[in-house]
Amino acid sequence: MRSLLYLCTALGVIALAAWAYRENHMTQQAMNTQSALEREIAALNEALSIQRAEWAYLNRPDRLRELVDLNFERLKLVPITGMHFGEIGQVAYPMPAARSDVFDTIELSGEIEQLSAFAEEVLP
Amino acid sequence: MIRTPLRPLARVLRARETGENPDLIERENRRLRQEAAHDQARGRAETRLLAVALLFMCAFVVLGARMGLLAATEPLELARGLPEDISSARADILDREGRVLATNLSTHALYAETHRMVDPEGAAHALAEIFPDIDAQRMAARFTDPNRRFAWIRTRLSPEQMQAVHDIGEPGLLFAPREMRLYPNGRMAAHVLGGATFGQQGVRAAEVIGVAGTELYFDERLRDPEQLGQPLQLSLDLTVQATITEVLEGGKQMLNAQGATAVLMDVFTGEVISLVSLPDFDPNNRPAPPTEGEPADSPLFNRAVQGYYELGSVMKAFAVAQGLDEGFVTPDSIIDTRGPLTWGRFRIRDFRNYGPELSVKDVMVKSSNIGTARIMQPIGAERQQEFLRKFGLLDTMPLELAEAARARPLLPDRWSDLSVMTISYGHGMSTSPLALATGYAALVNGGRKVTPTLLRQDRVQTGPQIISERTSQQKKLMLHQVVQEGTASFARISGYPIGGKTGSADKPNPRGGGYKKDAVLATFASVFPAHEPRYVLVVTLDEPVDTTGPEPRRTAGWTAVPVSAEITRRVAPLLGLRPISLDVANATLGLGQ
Repeated sequence: MRSLLYLCTALGVIALAAWAYRENHMTQQAMNTQSALEREIAALNEALSIQRAEWAYLNRPDRLRELVDLNFERLKLVPITGMHFGEIGQVAYPMPAARSDVFDTIELSGEIEQLSAFAEEVLP
Repeated sequence: MIRTPLRPLARVLRARETGENPDLIERENRRLRQEAAHDQARGRAETRLLAVALLFMCAFVVLGARMGLLAATEPLELARGLPEDISSARADILDREGRVLATNLSTHALYAETHRMVDPEGAAHALAEIFPDIDAQRMAARFTDPNRRFAWIRTRLSPEQMQAVHDIGEPGLLFAPREMRLYPNGRMAAHVLGGATFGQQGVRAAEVIGVAGTELYFDERLRDPEQLGQPLQLSLDLTVQATITEVLEGGKQMLNAQGATAVLMDVFTGEVISLVSLPDFDPNNRPAPPTEGEPADSPLFNRAVQGYYELGSVMKAFAVAQGLDEGFVTPDSIIDTRGPLTWGRFRIRDFRNYGPELSVKDVMVKSSNIGTARIMQPIGAERQQEFLRKFGLLDTMPLELAEAARARPLLPDRWSDLSVMTISYGHGMSTSPLALATGYAALVNGGRKVTPTLLRQDRVQTGPQIISERTSQQKKLMLHQVVQEGTASFARISGYPIGGKTGSADKPNPRGGGYKKDAVLATFASVFPAHEPRYVLVVTLDEPVDTTGPEPRRTAGWTAVPVSAEITRRVAPLLGLRPISLDVANATLGLGQ
């Protein structure tokens, strides 16, 4: 009975040792992956900051102004002034244009029931 | 310990006499002894169990706390893989819309370890070919000097230069990673940003430290490792800043001015939306401070913040406001403006004769020195100082710029009755354009003091009430009338009613004594929209001359006002202000048609 117990204990110890060994390696591997990832993140961050700096540099007001001047013929961009504001009333109500591409139309007339009910309710 | 014998003789003898079995006594005693031993063992076991339980509990608590701590801490990210004690990291600076004003860019520095060099002379010549400013002879001498093992060659390299140095193939030439501060917008907002330079240098990294402006003021905040991820957001608006710089630059050239400055401020939050000082410089390549000549002529000089000048008539707004606020006058009171006003040996004159009397409103509109002096006369020096101090005009401006703390207004040594009168129309006391803008903000925002700030704010400042709302309303109306009827007629632009006050001050003679001839500092302090001001704009031109007429004109009405009006015309839509008609403004201010 006792020897069985010893055997079990010994086996347990071996199993645990094997487990611990494996865990240790996995941990080290995870740490390596982590530091590799960190380096990658740092590199990507740096790339990102360079892109951001370059974007800011390309969008600097001086350059945009020069580009606007160079492309005035095509784009006709002018500085915004008070003249560019409008009233809601100035917005043209889009008239339903007669569509020339629709053929073979059929005439329909009548009333849609729900709409007329709505009209009676809302419009005196 | 005294052991009780198992067969105590006395009891055994007594038991024998009474015919009892003495073995019972022994059994009884044995039982007692066993029980005692049992109790003792049990107690000991319990203590051990308790100790073990405690131990486990401690262990679990420690493990649990550690797990909790790990779960609660933010995931740490190695910033740039630089584990050194010299940290080159520095947070970005953004404008109010999040556009980059200053950021970091990684680059490399070049150095040489001379003992590792294979062909020092050849390397020196090759370097001189890549960098034209390097002298090959001197570089070779540095490389071959036996007392020297190390030499810095360049603090910053472009990628092309770095490749070219690589191609030399000299093992003794080495690269050190560097972070350099980049201002992608060039000269834009140069005076606000200031500039940065390298501090402590090591092979692996170099500190980037601020030398002026916000870079210096917020140096610790920008380098704080915990706040690296959070950029510093300023109140500046890059688009507005660019527009104002463009217009001001044009105005400065057209009017032949030596310098120009503009400050645009939100009257409720105190946010400085734009701060321009010309001439300016490129913070990427900050020039060295001047060693000769006037420091104020250097492009490094921030005219808006450091430039304390006698600003002239723009200061009348404060004198009149005090008269109104303390109940000495009303806008319709009649002031005696017969000139010249003589005080001892001193005579106060007007630009031209405005007749024997003017209403307080017209004193502002026509800008009468005599009238303002007369309004101020009964108020006296003490109350004038107190009033100006409430607006912050007698102290340094608490703006977040390193230069602001060192600039102070020049005040009279003895605040005499004459000083009271000259200061009322802006002579005898110096004010910076920024301080003026701050004062005007309080005049028109309902009378609350504002503190200027360069940091983006989310809420309106609720400073102390320094003048009554009624006075503030009257001031708005007067500033509006100055433009509509008075000296600032060029500020009548369609869509954006402007209120403001001009000021044309003679420049003091730098060699001491008196004022320069034909040298004027022209200022226009304006607020827009006039009927319910949201922004204050101060434009100052240094020695402008308008030569379009038959004779040169130097007053602000001909110089600063048109420039300022053009700025407002361009900037107001950018600030999201809808144009309105003059009638609406007049009606809001209570003016008839």
